[in-house]
Amino acid sequence: MSVATIAGHQLHVDGEGFLTEYDEWDEALADELAARIGITLTDRHRAAIRFLRNDFPARGETATLRRVAVVGGIPVKELFELFGAKPAKKMAYIAGLPKPRGCV
Amino acid sequence: MGQVVILGGGTAGTIAANRLRRRLDRDEWHITVVDADDEHLYQPGLLMVPFGEYQRPDLVRPRHRYLASGVRLVRGQVELVKPADNLVRLAGGELLHYTYLVIATGTTPRPDQTPGLLGPQWGDTAHEFYTLDGAERLAGALQRFGGGRVVIDVVDMPIKCPVAPLEFAFLLDAHLRRRGLRGRTELTYATPLPGAFTRPVASQLLGSMLTDRNIIVEPDFMAEQVTGDGIVSYDGRRLGYDLLVTVPLNMGADYVADSGLGDELNHVPVDRHTLQAAGYENIFALGDANDVPTSKAGSVAHVEAELFADALAARLHGRPAEADFDGHANCFVECGDGRALLLDFNYDTEPLPGSYPVPGLGPFRLLRPTRLNHWGKHAFRWMYWHALLPDRPLPLPARMSKAGKHVPQEVAS
Repeated sequence: MSVATIAGHQLHVDGEGFLTEYDEWDEALADELAARIGITLTDRHRAAIRFLRNDFPARGETATLRRVAVVGGIPVKELFELFGAKPAKKMAYIAGLPKPRGCV
Repeated sequence: MGQVVILGGGTAGTIAANRLRRRLDRDEWHITVVDADDEHLYQPGLLMVPFGEYQRPDLVRPRHRYLASGVRLVRGQVELVKPADNLVRLAGGELLHYTYLVIATGTTPRPDQTPGLLGPQWGDTAHEFYTLDGAERLAGALQRFGGGRVVIDVVDMPIKCPVAPLEFAFLLDAHLRRRGLRGRTELTYATPLPGAFTRPVASQLLGSMLTDRNIIVEPDFMAEQVTGDGIVSYDGRRLGYDLLVTVPLNMGADYVADSGLGDELNHVPVDRHTLQAAGYENIFALGDANDVPTSKAGSVAHVEAELFADALAARLHGRPAEADFDGHANCFVECGDGRALLLDFNYDTEPLPGSYPVPGLGPFRLLRPTRLNHWGKHAFRWMYWHALLPDRPLPLPARMSKAGKHVPQEVAS
């Protein structure tokens, strides 16, 4: 774990740049993180990110694409259109959550 | 009289029932197992069916014969659990009252969840091997196969026995070589994971075992739909096939969802150490039916069932419950040509090289293909029926040990 400076904030991140502290994130930071991976957030993007944020605290892990689709109501196809290849990883990065763990 | 009702008479349900029967007074506790049929399937054997090594009679035995005396088997389809009333309703209307409920109805391949998969090609050129019927149909297809493009695809995670698709790839490669068809066959392994396996040391090893065998790995492949001759991912990749071997989406039983007890895949969210269903004091979920982040595997079902039964018995006897499941899983991985390797891991420690079960001695080698591991896997079928299900002591530890294991230098650095 290390500390990175993003948009003037000191943030705790892991080796791949994923935030490790849930509370260090806010919506403004999401725009910064998205820009770093070439994504401009629209309301549709934000709806997906908000679902991930709200889902995380109770479950303790980042929602899978299927969970975002079934519980969050945003189809997997749309997540690929919004975020491009490897959407689960990119969404987690923008939402300031751990990289989704593929179950063993 | 207290009532323990166990839904599902598979690995976890059977072991939990037998162990609880030994630990609970017969005059105080009834134990009931509910299952739709009386056919206990040895699921690890399914992998060998497509290659003609096992047939149906080798793998199926009557459930009731493996339940201890004093455990009642009720044949019936579970329709609904009503947690507020402590009731289970079966198809046909029969009601079962419980003091404690155990959900152990596993997880099931659902080809209907992938658009197009159940088209005219299903059972002809598109197959699965996680059911006995499916594995038998695939055996026929492999006999007819004369070369071409084979795609092995895992639709989504989690799946039960997550190493089985890899084993299938290794065994198919060996099978095609023996039949002189390997040169005429292009073999592709498509997975939604970024590599062959999730945990780094094993992923590296298993990934290179695929490429060493000239098996093309298609990572991050999330299947969106299937046609008569191709499988298409959400990001637009299309893999053409002459033979498709798919591992469909795995989902828990529908009654779990209908009863409000499931997540998006009908798996029951539980406390990962006590296996108690989230929000319910007297409901537990064991084995493939729950959502703990470790492999859905027989070894996990076994360990969970033992720890759960001991903890519940302790609690009912007024002693502190010591259940503390650590995610321990171990799996033999068939590599083809009579060799297998062995994985041993838990929530916190990934599969590492070393020896098992005795540190430094073995006799089994972790993460290394050996003939002895292969024979260990085959001998396990006997152990399953004669020691594991009847809950006789096995010389295997329930909790994982790090002794005798090491992290390879190149990964540690």
